[in-house]
Amino acid sequence: MITSLSWLKNHLDTKANLNQVAERLTEIGLEVENIKSSNSNLDNFIVCKIVKAQKHPNADKLKLCDVNIGSGTLVKVVCGAQNARDGLFAVYAPPGATIPKTNMKLKIAKIRGIESHGMLCSGYELDESSDKEGIIELNKKEKNIGDKYFKSIGEKIIDISITPNRPDCLGVRGIARDLASSGLGKLKKQPPIRISQKFKSPIKVSIKKEKGQGCAIFGSVYIRNVQNKESPDWLKKRIISLGLKPISAIVDATNYVMFDLNRPLHAYDADKIDQEIIVRNSKKGESFEALDNKKYALENNMCAITDKSGVLGLGGIIGGTRSGTELSTKNILLESAYFFPSPIRKTSKILNIDTDAKYRFERGIDPHSIKLGLELGMCMILDICGGEASKYSIIGKIKEERKIIDLESEKFSKVIGSSITSAEIKKILTSLGCSLKISGKKIKVLPPTWRPDIKEDIDLIEELTRIKGYDQVPLINPEKENIKDPLNYKQKIFHFAQRSVASKGYTEAVTWSFTDSKMDNLFSELKNEIKLSNPISSDLDVLRSSLYSNLIIGAKKNIHRNFEDLMLFEIGPVFKGSKPGEQSTMIGAIKTGKYSRKNWLEKERNFDVFDIKNDAIRTLNEIGIDSSKIVVSNKPKKWYHPGRSGLLSLGSSSGPELAYFGEIHPLIIKKADLRTDNVLGFEIFLDNIPESRKKIREAKPKFEVSDYQKVVRDFAFVIDEKYSSGEIINLVKKIDKDLIKNVKIFDVYHGENIDLGKKSIAFNVTLEPKDKTLSEKDIDQISKKIISTVQDTTGANLRS
Amino acid sequence: MENLDKIQSDILSKIKNVSDKNSYETIKTEIFGKKGIITELFKKIGSLNQDQRKEYASKLNFLKEKVTEILEKKIENFNQSEINKKLKHEKIDVTLPGRTFFQGKIHPVSQVIDEVTSIFSEIGFSVEEGPDIENEYYNFSALNTPENHPARDMHDTFYLEHSKDLLLRTHTSPVQIRTMLKGKPPFKIIAPGRTYRHDSDQTHSPMFHQLEGLHIDKNINMGHLKGCLYYFVKKFFEVEKVKIRFRPSHFPFTEPSAEVDIGYKIQDGKIKIGEGDKWLEILGCGMVHPNVLKNAKVNPKQYQGYAFGVGIDRLAMLKYGINDLRSFFESDIRWLEFYGFDPLDVPTNYRGLSR
Repeated sequence: MITSLSWLKNHLDTKANLNQVAERLTEIGLEVENIKSSNSNLDNFIVCKIVKAQKHPNADKLKLCDVNIGSGTLVKVVCGAQNARDGLFAVYAPPGATIPKTNMKLKIAKIRGIESHGMLCSGYELDESSDKEGIIELNKKEKNIGDKYFKSIGEKIIDISITPNRPDCLGVRGIARDLASSGLGKLKKQPPIRISQKFKSPIKVSIKKEKGQGCAIFGSVYIRNVQNKESPDWLKKRIISLGLKPISAIVDATNYVMFDLNRPLHAYDADKIDQEIIVRNSKKGESFEALDNKKYALENNMCAITDKSGVLGLGGIIGGTRSGTELSTKNILLESAYFFPSPIRKTSKILNIDTDAKYRFERGIDPHSIKLGLELGMCMILDICGGEASKYSIIGKIKEERKIIDLESEKFSKVIGSSITSAEIKKILTSLGCSLKISGKKIKVLPPTWRPDIKEDIDLIEELTRIKGYDQVPLINPEKENIKDPLNYKQKIFHFAQRSVASKGYTEAVTWSFTDSKMDNLFSELKNEIKLSNPISSDLDVLRSSLYSNLIIGAKKNIHRNFEDLMLFEIGPVFKGSKPGEQSTMIGAIKTGKYSRKNWLEKERNFDVFDIKNDAIRTLNEIGIDSSKIVVSNKPKKWYHPGRSGLLSLGSSSGPELAYFGEIHPLIIKKADLRTDNVLGFEIFLDNIPESRKKIREAKPKFEVSDYQKVVRDFAFVIDEKYSSGEIINLVKKIDKDLIKNVKIFDVYHGENIDLGKKSIAFNVTLEPKDKTLSEKDIDQISKKIISTVQDTTGANLRS
Repeated sequence: MENLDKIQSDILSKIKNVSDKNSYETIKTEIFGKKGIITELFKKIGSLNQDQRKEYASKLNFLKEKVTEILEKKIENFNQSEINKKLKHEKIDVTLPGRTFFQGKIHPVSQVIDEVTSIFSEIGFSVEEGPDIENEYYNFSALNTPENHPARDMHDTFYLEHSKDLLLRTHTSPVQIRTMLKGKPPFKIIAPGRTYRHDSDQTHSPMFHQLEGLHIDKNINMGHLKGCLYYFVKKFFEVEKVKIRFRPSHFPFTEPSAEVDIGYKIQDGKIKIGEGDKWLEILGCGMVHPNVLKNAKVNPKQYQGYAFGVGIDRLAMLKYGINDLRSFFESDIRWLEFYGFDPLDVPTNYRGLSR
């Protein structure tokens, strides 16, 4: 909402200056966004000179112009006008400016392959003439280059952000009322209207009684023999200050009333109305051309203002060109109506129309302002254009929805923490327009008709607090007592895991929850992707089902910038379904490139599966899962290299899945254009980490160490390739769980001297006796058992 | 009886001639070996008579100690010079780079969530979470924002395909409803999380992070809200003095509602929080609307309290001087390393929030 100090002073008797007013507005909840010197959009349009106009290299009918826009700045503008030529003075609109006629905001755009920085305007585009051919030709001099094309209004304007609960402040008078209530002046009375209205309006108006009728009241006045013209200067200035373009006295007057009183009006050229006005629901198939020069096809049940020939306009949203006023208009019908908010909103959403009237009606207009609006609009028009006004015609009525609210001053202190007197309550609420009845501590309040937001006592308490000032609310220091543990188990695990992965050298990324479906499909096992109906762009069209998709996209950007040895991870949600809660928390981490790239000390090598496996297992260890409980198996997902990836599960290979790790599938790496052949990753399913019932200190067994020497013995077998190291380790461990503390593979060998399909595997076994020192005989015995078990189970041969 | 003095001077002169470890070993055997000079002398003790024996033995022991001492000194010298000689050849260039080491980093958003969580946990809040996909009811209706209400325009909402009901939450406030529905008052929670709005430019990202706060009990009033947020802002920005302004505003789910601004100034091109005459909006808050409590099955006649919502990314930008919101989510390793935090740098109350 835009206003100015002088406009406010029409309604407010105050000595306050602009800054005091602005400060107070913000203090009472009417936040001043900024104070501008004048309307910035029209200021955008400046006088320029075409230095050179050449043919566009890629289009015969377009010209590429070098345009001088002042202070020596030259810009390139593509222009389609025939009259664009060297040396012509014209009107230039820079990127960011909004074209008055089309309401289109200019952007830097490529036109046939060449960037155009802004536009040279025609009279039509500036809403100054109907001439669409050619750009405006100005009779200016060099010194005018860079001047504003539109005259500036001189006074500073205040731009206020009005919250949706305050339709009354979408009018200057509402703002003035709030200021007065807060003590910054006195609200002026509206001057009485004395106009002689002798005749009856010749245009019959009816509101059709039907289901879902969007119009409750239709007030109108017929004014004959007007002489429409340009508005006087004072009115033009006001209109320009609103960011609008003055059109004619009649249109400007209706706009003025809308911004002055939050009371939308509409003026029809009465001679263009076919017999009578019927307000009725539209029927599918009806259409009309609106004042924004667009044709709208209507659906059923939209609130249409019609005559015998068809639709004239959409009630409360936009009028039509058929009955629009022109400078030649002689007789007008001025409308002041009440439309229900919800149908207005529905219709404008379907048709995608946003107008100042619609914005106001959907927030709620004072239904008692019908006559006031007609009065002010009529007076202004008669004043400027002359003519004679009919009697008012106001048909329809609205159910009184206001209720008397019971307010207790104790409730105020209970909610706000400080007290208020009945006198204060009375003063504040009365100044806001409420009617009060006070009997002892009980106060009955009837809110004003322009405040649809005030419905219950808490709304009144807000008003009282707001006007008293939020700085009057006491400050009570917080108590430091906890009702519950700050974090639950899962949240603790999350924080641990996050820092654990980072401590392995991975850098945390936070990426969007949506991603490119093409990429996500490569990492998904979902039957149906979770699509957004209105994605921000086509490559962010689905909710991610894996953390890999965005990490790979991120890695690609870095690799293409020559950061090729990367370690990135993310911890966060992935989505399994489209219902609330169908998501799980995961860690995804990737490693690309080389370890020790070009290092004098170590041999350069690719990151490999055992790097990533280590990272995954160590992270699991650090979040509390014992290595002995982690089972490694080769059960790949489709996005991993089938032979170089694995699953870490809990307890057994069919236990809860804790993590996957491995090389990303070479085809995916290729498809993603990563420019590397080495990408590894791991995924941890945090939701599968079981909550331990005991604290670590409780779960630990007694501290016991053996006083007896531990013994390490080496073994080597030639064994069939199909047996994994994990299987052999488990096999050996099982032989004597008490005695065998550890089995460690220290060599795996294929090649010379080993038959094809076989491998040599060497491991050492650590024996830790608990009750006696092992004798040679004991050691021999267990060694034999190890050899025979391995041989019998796998058909392996002991290597000598 | 042997002339021990003579023997001693013989031995010492022999030792004197020892020049390397080998001849040292030889001489050691010659003296202390099975048939060594001193070993032989000891053997003679038995053959002496009582009165000679004592004096002989004591002299002999003295001789042994003296010789042992000299020998030890000798070998130590040898070792010393041997090592010195070796060390001379063992010099390396320690200024060469060491083994490859990858320094991981924590994202500023995560760090700030931890900082904020630490602060609120000090004053009794616990952490709750809610789903990223929500339905209209939890995201809007239950929060006193009915369908066709213009307040819904304040949120540009992402909807899921084929559904008018399912959406990406536009704020963390639905967690209020979910928390209250599954428990009994009092409630004192914060809920950090991802939020989504269909908006993308310099200062808006389609995804951002919020922290919701909710405190409901029998007598929690707006003064408590003010106290809580003052505490938070002071702690978070780690400043002694802080200029805060509570300004009336409107959210459908709180009443009275407020926006909170903090004072700042620009000094030497950097933002300085807590002083100066410029204002910056950092959060929205208010007393929970009775309708919201009713929707969450909490009796508004018995219980009341406050709620607030803070933009986490915004806090991170302000505290750590980051300019562009969108860069948070672009995974540019240069940015992540520059603004990221050491994983061991866990924000705590006792060690300080930030270093």
